[in-house]
Amino acid sequence: MWKYVVKRLGLALATILIICAITFFAMNAIPGGPFDSEKAPRPEVQRVLEARFHLDQPVWKQFFIYVENAVQGDFGISLKTGRDISSMLWESFSISAKLGGLAMATAIIFGIILGAIAALMRNRWPDRAIIFFTTLFVAVPSFVLATLLLLFFCLKLGWFPVWSMNNPSYLLPILALALYPMSYITRLTKTSMLDVLNQDYIRTARSKGVAEIKIIFKHALRNALIPVITYVGPMTAYIITGSLVVETIFTIGGLGSKFVTGITNRDYPVIMATTIFLAVIMVTLTLISDLIYKLVDPKIKFD
Amino acid sequence: MRENHNKEFKKNPLSIQIDLSKFTLATDQEKAQQDIMRESTTFWRDGMRKLSKNRLAMASLIVLIFIVILIIIAPSIVPYGYEQMVTVNGVRDKSAQNLAPFTYSELEQEYMDDNGEKLFPHILGTDHLTRDYFIRVIYGTRVSLIVGIFASFIVLLIGLIYGSISGYLGGKADLIMMRFVDIIYSLPDLLMIILFQVVLDQTLAPVISGIPILEKLGTNMISIFIVFGLLYWVSMARLVRGQILSIKENEYILAARSVGADTSRIIRKHILPNCISVIIIATALQIPAAIFTESFLSFIGLGVQAPMPSLGSLANTAREGMQSYPFKLLAPASMICLIVLAFNLLGDGLRDAFDPRLRR
Repeated sequence: MWKYVVKRLGLALATILIICAITFFAMNAIPGGPFDSEKAPRPEVQRVLEARFHLDQPVWKQFFIYVENAVQGDFGISLKTGRDISSMLWESFSISAKLGGLAMATAIIFGIILGAIAALMRNRWPDRAIIFFTTLFVAVPSFVLATLLLLFFCLKLGWFPVWSMNNPSYLLPILALALYPMSYITRLTKTSMLDVLNQDYIRTARSKGVAEIKIIFKHALRNALIPVITYVGPMTAYIITGSLVVETIFTIGGLGSKFVTGITNRDYPVIMATTIFLAVIMVTLTLISDLIYKLVDPKIKFD
Repeated sequence: MRENHNKEFKKNPLSIQIDLSKFTLATDQEKAQQDIMRESTTFWRDGMRKLSKNRLAMASLIVLIFIVILIIIAPSIVPYGYEQMVTVNGVRDKSAQNLAPFTYSELEQEYMDDNGEKLFPHILGTDHLTRDYFIRVIYGTRVSLIVGIFASFIVLLIGLIYGSISGYLGGKADLIMMRFVDIIYSLPDLLMIILFQVVLDQTLAPVISGIPILEKLGTNMISIFIVFGLLYWVSMARLVRGQILSIKENEYILAARSVGADTSRIIRKHILPNCISVIIIATALQIPAAIFTESFLSFIGLGVQAPMPSLGSLANTAREGMQSYPFKLLAPASMICLIVLAFNLLGDGLRDAFDPRLRR
């Protein structure tokens, strides 16, 4: 077990380092330096500035300086606003984390419930209705869903207020983020639940006279949920990238909309910092879901 | 004669000569069992039969064919271009901004009253730059579909070559090649796409200047293909490798080899036909994923360059006036959903019809 944890941890760290390297060198490949302007500063000023930001060092050394600073939480300053990036990251992260966390919880809880219902009522109308809607939702990109929700429920019907810092209304953004992963989890739960319900141990439990409700919760659902755990990693990726557009559409000042603003402004330090930050979150959550997966399923061997 | 024969037979208990007296003639009913009830079917024909019985998949196919026909013929029927602003008698008509569907601007109305000829209607009105919106949606669909199909083709090509080499070689080479795949697989793909898109947008421009076809495509479109070629092929490579590894170990491959079939015959006749259905299904499901990604990138401003429309960028532009002109958002948005839904259902249908693992 511990051997596996260490190995998996090492892999995650390596992935993060690779992501940092790709991000850093890709950004360095963009032509033009930060002090290129029409009014070039005097050579001595330029030299002082370059020394201050370590631009006089070779690129690989700059990379290690960047990583060292990033580990200590220093991502430099934004080209556009001149503000410290790491404080901006933390500020907007709290909103995004709340939004993303709630969306994930919604997707998992409702996905499992709907999937279980669909499996237990196979080929009856609840199953058909659930499968119809989940098939539909899987085909709707999050930005389309978010825009339509905003248009109809905020602007046309006025059921929900438009987002503001004092009066945050999380429901619609959560819905926009959660419907796709929820539909996916529903289908996943349904297939694995049907699979489990056909197993011999369910028949054994039934023939012993175990109550149906106990069979469903204790024997079927618990085993059917194992594949769902593996989906947590991809779901994190989906929700994080989805939050880029959903936050922009609902004008929520979270990490996602900061990232999109950074892209629009070509604010390279912000793009770099946000990419690394989000990538670390994704890799960490994938790692956690992998470890839980191995932990709960005794059939999987540690090698 | 027969008696003699039998007696002779009994003298040799080890003889394998057939004793005819132990046999009776087949009845007509028994003979009928040998009749061919229906034509023998091939894998493809059986799959196609199953697919044609799948109503959802067939409906999706019809929808897709209809969309393809529409985007091919519509530009030659509608007399407007996707970047052409409404002009009447050579005069740019500035009043033709944001027209409602099937309405004309004042200048156009005057022109029609004067000359008595009917102008082609703006089926979806016009946009804020007085361009016909219907033709922009048509071109947007064209761009999105082409990007989706072409990107999937790139993924297929790279994944197929890499995966089959890795799977066929096996051993150490396979291990090293798959480690590389694992590394790329663990990268968060959309974040990396955004990053590459930002970088390539800046660095590609000098590279492609002077090559007319590439210039017309634009840096963003090319970088979408590059990024797909860099990142998305890994799952296809894994799939192909897995298929080839498992097929390679089958007894019929050993049998073919033992009767002297050479490598190329084994690949052509035994390995490829067995994994091609899985590969086609994966490609069919890759197309909607690519369309999703392209529209996402266009939406955050990293997709195809203006004035070329794509469904994502049209939806993004339509957001600004969506309270007044909701149909401008609904048109490209429902087009994306329709295409993705149709490809998803068709892909599912193909899997049900052709995936050997699901066969009974």
